[in-house]
Amino acid sequence: MIIHHPLLGPRDAAEFVYLGDASLINRPDASADDAAEQFYEYQYLRDNVAGEMRELWYHEQGDRSWLVVTRNTLTHEISKVELARDVARANGRDR
Amino acid sequence: MRYSALQILKQGLTGNKGWTPAWREPEPRTEYDIIIIGGGGHGLATAYYLAKEHGITNVAVLEKGWLGSGNIGRNTTIIRSNYMLPGNEPFYELSMKLWEGLEQDFNYNAMISQRGILNLCHSDPQRDAYARRGNAMLMAGADAVLLDADGVRKLCPDMDFDNARFPIKGGLWQKRGGTVRHDAVAWGYARGADERGVDIIQNCEVTGLQINNGVCTGVDTTRGKISAKKVAVCVAGSSSRVMSMAGMRLPIESHVLQAFVSEGLKPTIPGVVTFGAGHFYISQSDKGGLVFGGDIDGYNTYAQRGNLPTVEDVCEGGMALMPNLGRARLLRMWGGVMDMSMDGTPFIDKTDISGLFFNGGWCYGGFKATPASGWCYAHLLATDQPHETATQLRLDRFKRGRMIDEKGVGAQPNLH
Repeated sequence: MIIHHPLLGPRDAAEFVYLGDASLINRPDASADDAAEQFYEYQYLRDNVAGEMRELWYHEQGDRSWLVVTRNTLTHEISKVELARDVARANGRDR
Repeated sequence: MRYSALQILKQGLTGNKGWTPAWREPEPRTEYDIIIIGGGGHGLATAYYLAKEHGITNVAVLEKGWLGSGNIGRNTTIIRSNYMLPGNEPFYELSMKLWEGLEQDFNYNAMISQRGILNLCHSDPQRDAYARRGNAMLMAGADAVLLDADGVRKLCPDMDFDNARFPIKGGLWQKRGGTVRHDAVAWGYARGADERGVDIIQNCEVTGLQINNGVCTGVDTTRGKISAKKVAVCVAGSSSRVMSMAGMRLPIESHVLQAFVSEGLKPTIPGVVTFGAGHFYISQSDKGGLVFGGDIDGYNTYAQRGNLPTVEDVCEGGMALMPNLGRARLLRMWGGVMDMSMDGTPFIDKTDISGLFFNGGWCYGGFKATPASGWCYAHLLATDQPHETATQLRLDRFKRGRMIDEKGVGAQPNLH
């Protein structure tokens, strides 16, 4: 698989480390009343979609940026690559 | 028909005209006591033990494709019970004991070959860890022998013992480990279940689960609605897809594991050998092909194929262990989709939905577990109580903080 890094261009997927579902960006609120339940779901439960999935890849053998890659889990086709930083900021995070 | 030497003789003398199909191809009825979704090794084993051990024969096994078309036909055929943790090891040892009596039990030649499994160690701490594991195995009634380098040399003289970075210091040897003819396991269980009245229905995909007020009463399929008192999901690799029909999210990710077979060679390794410094394992099939594999690819996928970086990694591991492997030609490689759970351990459990049961999360260790998985799942379905060796294999163990993490890497499925 070739990942088109937004800053570095096409890179071999072997340079990256895979974390999982991009929803892991959205850490639950630790001060919520049901924080334990929310963290359980955040940490352990997965949608595990068959089809288009947004996922976190870390460019360990490169510039060490986190990317959000949109990839089809049935075909391995990659349709979109964003910097995780931009995705988090668009969701209202400060970094 | 009972298979025996006498039967072969009799059929041979009468022109082999008396052989009958190993199982029927029945039309689905509208109602069963128990529906098992998934006609793979575990599903068929469950049906077999439900019929044989619990006398429950009003059972259907629904299979989307053809019988045994999933991971029971795509694995590297290894059996072993060399686990360490209390929630795991008794279960796998039960499986090993069932393997040992399986062929006589279901009257089918599964070519069970207990040639042993050898886990190599390459450093003093690793040897200590294997000593601990070996003791845990012995305490659970399994067998284990800690070998030094000379002991390993007697078994496998062709390994790279004096590798500069990872010299072979010894190994943990389980003599009862080995390999099995994997397809025959599915066929043997299918034949045994069918003989006792279980309907095995192929080309019948489950498209929905009928759930009303928290009770599961049946399934929708491509061949119509079928009602059941209990529905038992057994579809490792596709667990999340099936359980999403019940609105459940699972502590599972689907990953691909690749496997490889070389051209046929003369006998070169005795049993199963695993490299302790990388992830690489190898055995030799009865036809002489070297069967080997390593890590999963590491990203979520439902495609039954992997990518080249993992192929390279596996072959590097193989070359580091057995440099003579480089002269063998690779014949075939393929991939299978694994249910990778959050702690590397499977599930055999009820769900919060009454009448709906779940078996899955086998990571890449499902094949060796086939008999015990069927045995314990059948026990759960028949008695509503978990089998004594499967009391820890629960869906809610993460919520309760009772993970069974053999490798100790945490909730990161691609590292298990």
